[in-house]
Amino acid sequence: MKLFEITTKAVSADEVLARLVEPSVGGVTAFVGVVRARTDGRETDHLLYEAYPQMAEEQLRQIGGEIQDRWPSIREVAIVHRIGRLEVGETIVVIAVSSAHRQETFDATHYAIDRLKEIVPIWKKEVWEDGQAWKSEDHRGGPTG
Amino acid sequence: MAHDQIRISVKFFAAPREALGTDEMDVELPKGSTVKDLIDILQDRYPALEIYTRFLNVAVNRAYVGMQTTLEDGDEVACLPPVGGG
Repeated sequence: MKLFEITTKAVSADEVLARLVEPSVGGVTAFVGVVRARTDGRETDHLLYEAYPQMAEEQLRQIGGEIQDRWPSIREVAIVHRIGRLEVGETIVVIAVSSAHRQETFDATHYAIDRLKEIVPIWKKEVWEDGQAWKSEDHRGGPTG
Repeated sequence: MAHDQIRISVKFFAAPREALGTDEMDVELPKGSTVKDLIDILQDRYPALEIYTRFLNVAVNRAYVGMQTTLEDGDEVACLPPVGGG
Protein backbone atom coordinates (compact mmCIF):
# COMPACT_ATOMS: atom_id res chain seq x y z
CA MET A 1 0.00 0.00 0.00
CA LYS A 2 1.37 3.40 -0.99
CA LEU A 3 1.87 5.72 1.99
CA PHE A 4 2.84 8.83 0.02
CA GLU A 5 0.71 9.49 -3.01
CA ILE A 6 -0.38 12.14 -5.48
CA THR A 7 -3.63 11.08 -7.13
CA THR A 8 -6.25 12.42 -9.51
CA LYS A 9 -8.90 10.24 -7.83
CA ALA A 10 -11.20 11.12 -4.94
CA VAL A 11 -9.46 10.77 -1.57
CA SER A 12 -11.20 9.16 1.41
CA ALA A 13 -9.95 9.78 4.94
CA ASP A 14 -11.21 6.36 6.08
CA GLU A 15 -9.33 4.63 3.31
CA VAL A 16 -6.06 6.45 4.13
CA LEU A 17 -6.47 5.70 7.86
CA ALA A 18 -6.94 2.04 7.03
CA ARG A 19 -3.50 2.02 5.42
CA LEU A 20 -1.97 2.58 8.88
CA VAL A 21 -3.97 0.42 11.21
CA GLU A 22 -2.24 -2.68 12.52
CA PRO A 23 -2.19 -4.38 15.93
CA SER A 24 0.64 -2.32 17.52
CA VAL A 25 -1.10 0.97 16.71
CA GLY A 26 -3.02 2.56 19.56
CA GLY A 27 -4.03 5.76 17.84
CA VAL A 28 -4.05 7.56 14.51
CA THR A 29 -4.34 11.33 14.16
CA ALA A 30 -5.56 12.66 10.82
CA PHE A 31 -5.67 16.06 9.20
CA VAL A 32 -8.18 16.34 6.36
CA GLY A 33 -7.97 19.39 4.09
CA VAL A 34 -11.23 20.25 2.32
CA VAL A 35 -12.14 22.83 -0.35
CA ARG A 36 -13.64 25.88 1.36
CA ALA A 37 -16.51 27.84 -0.15
CA ARG A 38 -15.04 31.30 0.57
CA THR A 39 -11.46 32.60 0.68
CA ASP A 40 -10.59 36.22 1.43
CA GLY A 41 -14.22 37.20 0.97
CA ARG A 42 -14.61 35.65 -2.48
CA GLU A 43 -16.82 32.71 -3.39
CA THR A 44 -14.78 29.81 -4.74
CA ASP A 45 -16.31 28.06 -7.73
CA HIS A 46 -13.69 25.31 -7.78
CA LEU A 47 -9.94 24.72 -7.34
CA LEU A 48 -7.42 23.36 -9.81
CA TYR A 49 -4.42 21.56 -8.32
CA GLU A 50 -1.30 20.79 -10.29
CA ALA A 51 1.80 18.88 -9.17
CA TYR A 52 5.21 17.71 -10.24
CA PRO A 53 4.04 14.24 -9.25
CA GLN A 54 7.27 12.25 -8.94
CA MET A 55 9.07 14.95 -6.99
CA ALA A 56 5.98 15.65 -4.89
CA GLU A 57 5.76 12.01 -3.80
CA GLU A 58 9.48 12.04 -2.97
CA GLN A 59 9.03 15.20 -0.89
CA LEU A 60 6.05 13.67 0.93
CA ARG A 61 8.22 10.65 1.74
CA GLN A 62 10.91 13.03 3.00
CA ILE A 63 8.40 14.65 5.37
CA GLY A 64 7.55 11.18 6.67
CA GLY A 65 11.27 10.60 7.31
CA GLU A 66 11.66 13.94 9.07
CA ILE A 67 8.76 13.05 11.35
CA GLN A 68 10.25 9.70 12.28
CA ASP A 69 13.59 11.39 13.04
CA ARG A 70 11.94 14.00 15.28
CA TRP A 71 9.44 11.72 16.99
CA PRO A 72 10.89 8.19 17.07
CA SER A 73 7.73 6.84 18.71
CA ILE A 74 5.72 7.57 15.54
CA ARG A 75 4.95 4.31 13.85
CA GLU A 76 3.92 5.36 10.35
CA VAL A 77 2.91 8.40 8.30
CA ALA A 78 0.66 8.48 5.25
CA ILE A 79 0.03 11.56 3.11
CA VAL A 80 -2.29 11.46 0.10
CA HIS A 81 -2.89 14.64 -1.93
CA ARG A 82 -5.39 14.93 -4.75
CA ILE A 83 -4.74 17.00 -7.89
CA GLY A 84 -6.94 18.10 -10.79
CA ARG A 85 -10.29 19.85 -10.45
CA LEU A 86 -11.82 19.89 -6.95
CA GLU A 87 -15.25 21.19 -6.01
CA VAL A 88 -16.27 22.86 -2.75
CA GLY A 89 -16.48 20.25 0.04
CA GLU A 90 -14.19 17.73 -1.61
CA THR A 91 -11.13 16.36 0.17
CA ILE A 92 -7.81 17.81 -0.96
CA VAL A 93 -5.35 16.08 1.33
CA VAL A 94 -5.30 13.48 4.08
CA ILE A 95 -2.38 13.25 6.49
CA ALA A 96 -2.44 10.37 8.94
CA VAL A 97 0.08 9.65 11.67
CA SER A 98 0.01 6.49 13.78
CA SER A 99 1.65 5.56 17.05
CA ALA A 100 1.29 3.20 19.98
CA HIS A 101 0.34 6.26 22.06
CA ARG A 102 -1.46 9.43 21.03
CA GLN A 103 0.68 12.23 22.41
CA GLU A 104 3.15 12.89 19.63
CA THR A 105 0.77 12.19 16.75
CA PHE A 106 -0.80 15.65 17.18
CA ASP A 107 2.49 17.54 16.90
CA ALA A 108 3.63 15.34 14.02
CA THR A 109 0.42 15.93 12.06
CA HIS A 110 0.76 19.70 12.50
CA TYR A 111 4.38 19.50 11.37
CA ALA A 112 3.40 17.49 8.29
CA ILE A 113 0.84 19.99 6.95
CA ASP A 114 3.20 22.93 7.57
CA ARG A 115 6.06 21.18 5.74
CA LEU A 116 3.74 20.13 2.91
CA LYS A 117 2.84 23.78 2.30
CA GLU A 118 6.54 24.66 2.33
CA ILE A 119 8.36 22.09 0.21
CA VAL A 120 6.01 19.87 -1.81
CA PRO A 121 5.71 20.94 -5.47
CA ILE A 122 1.94 21.30 -5.68
CA TRP A 123 0.15 24.41 -6.92
CA LYS A 124 -3.40 25.63 -6.42
CA LYS A 125 -5.45 27.83 -8.70
CA GLU A 126 -8.57 29.40 -7.23
CA VAL A 127 -11.32 29.82 -9.78
CA TRP A 128 -14.12 32.29 -9.05
CA GLU A 129 -17.14 33.15 -11.15
CA ASP A 130 -15.31 36.24 -12.46
CA GLY A 131 -11.66 35.29 -12.48
CA GLN A 132 -8.87 33.00 -11.34
CA ALA A 133 -5.44 33.14 -9.67
CA TRP A 134 -2.59 30.87 -8.59
CA LYS A 135 -2.29 30.96 -4.80
CA SER A 136 0.63 30.33 -2.49
CA GLU A 137 1.13 30.96 1.20
CA ASP A 138 4.78 31.74 0.65
CA HIS A 139 5.45 34.89 -1.34
CA ARG A 140 9.10 35.05 -0.35
CA GLY A 141 10.28 32.26 -2.58
CA GLY A 142 10.17 28.97 -0.69
CA PRO A 143 12.70 26.48 0.66
CA THR A 144 15.90 27.52 -1.10
CA GLY A 145 15.10 31.22 -1.05
CA MET B 1 24.91 18.95 -30.78
CA ALA B 2 28.50 20.20 -30.45
CA HIS B 3 30.71 18.28 -27.99
CA ASP B 4 31.08 21.32 -25.75
CA GLN B 5 27.31 21.58 -25.34
CA ILE B 6 24.87 19.82 -23.00
CA ARG B 7 21.18 19.22 -23.52
CA ILE B 8 18.75 19.36 -20.62
CA SER B 9 14.98 19.23 -20.32
CA VAL B 10 13.19 22.01 -18.46
CA LYS B 11 9.75 21.62 -16.89
CA PHE B 12 7.36 24.45 -16.05
CA PHE B 13 4.36 24.54 -13.71
CA ALA B 14 1.45 26.77 -12.73
CA ALA B 15 1.71 30.49 -13.62
CA PRO B 16 5.01 30.40 -15.55
CA ARG B 17 3.77 27.34 -17.45
CA GLU B 18 0.70 29.28 -18.53
CA ALA B 19 2.75 32.39 -19.39
CA LEU B 20 5.03 30.29 -21.62
CA GLY B 21 2.28 28.16 -23.13
CA THR B 22 4.33 24.98 -22.65
CA ASP B 23 5.12 22.61 -19.80
CA GLU B 24 8.43 21.24 -21.07
CA MET B 25 11.25 22.12 -23.46
CA ASP B 26 14.75 20.94 -24.32
CA VAL B 27 17.52 23.51 -24.01
CA GLU B 28 21.13 23.33 -25.21
CA LEU B 29 23.73 25.08 -23.09
CA PRO B 30 27.52 25.34 -23.00
CA LYS B 31 29.17 22.72 -20.79
CA GLY B 32 29.69 24.07 -17.26
CA SER B 33 26.52 26.18 -17.30
CA THR B 34 24.84 26.74 -13.95
CA VAL B 35 21.18 26.94 -12.99
CA LYS B 36 21.53 30.71 -12.95
CA ASP B 37 22.90 30.69 -16.52
CA LEU B 38 19.88 28.67 -17.60
CA ILE B 39 17.43 31.05 -15.93
CA ASP B 40 19.17 34.06 -17.53
CA ILE B 41 18.95 32.43 -20.96
CA LEU B 42 15.28 31.49 -20.54
CA GLN B 43 14.44 34.98 -19.35
CA ASP B 44 16.16 36.54 -22.38
CA ARG B 45 14.45 34.17 -24.76
CA TYR B 46 11.00 34.36 -23.13
CA PRO B 47 10.34 37.82 -21.67
CA ALA B 48 6.99 36.55 -20.34
CA LEU B 49 8.99 34.59 -17.72
CA GLU B 50 10.68 37.61 -16.23
CA ILE B 51 8.05 38.47 -13.61
CA TYR B 52 8.30 34.94 -12.20
CA THR B 53 12.03 34.24 -12.15
CA ARG B 54 12.92 35.98 -8.87
CA PHE B 55 10.42 33.79 -7.02
CA LEU B 56 11.42 30.52 -8.67
CA ASN B 57 12.98 27.59 -6.88
CA VAL B 58 14.77 25.10 -9.05
CA ALA B 59 14.98 21.33 -8.80
CA VAL B 60 17.47 19.21 -10.70
CA ASN B 61 16.50 15.57 -11.06
CA ARG B 62 13.71 16.17 -8.51
CA ALA B 63 15.85 17.66 -5.72
CA TYR B 64 15.97 21.34 -4.75
CA VAL B 65 19.28 22.97 -5.73
CA GLY B 66 20.92 26.38 -5.45
CA MET B 67 21.38 28.79 -8.37
CA GLN B 68 25.13 28.06 -8.63
CA THR B 69 24.64 24.33 -9.26
CA THR B 70 26.36 23.13 -12.42
CA LEU B 71 24.11 21.37 -14.91
CA GLU B 72 24.99 18.05 -16.55
CA ASP B 73 23.92 16.61 -19.89
CA GLY B 74 20.52 14.89 -19.57
CA ASP B 75 19.47 16.70 -16.38
CA GLU B 76 15.77 17.20 -15.71
CA VAL B 77 15.43 20.77 -14.48
CA ALA B 78 12.15 21.99 -12.99
CA CYS B 79 11.24 25.67 -12.53
CA LEU B 80 9.07 25.74 -9.41
CA PRO B 81 7.05 28.81 -8.49
CA PRO B 82 6.10 29.20 -4.80
CA VAL B 83 4.17 26.05 -3.87
CA GLY B 84 0.60 26.02 -2.63
CA GLY B 85 -0.49 22.53 -1.69
CA GLY B 86 -2.86 21.50 1.06
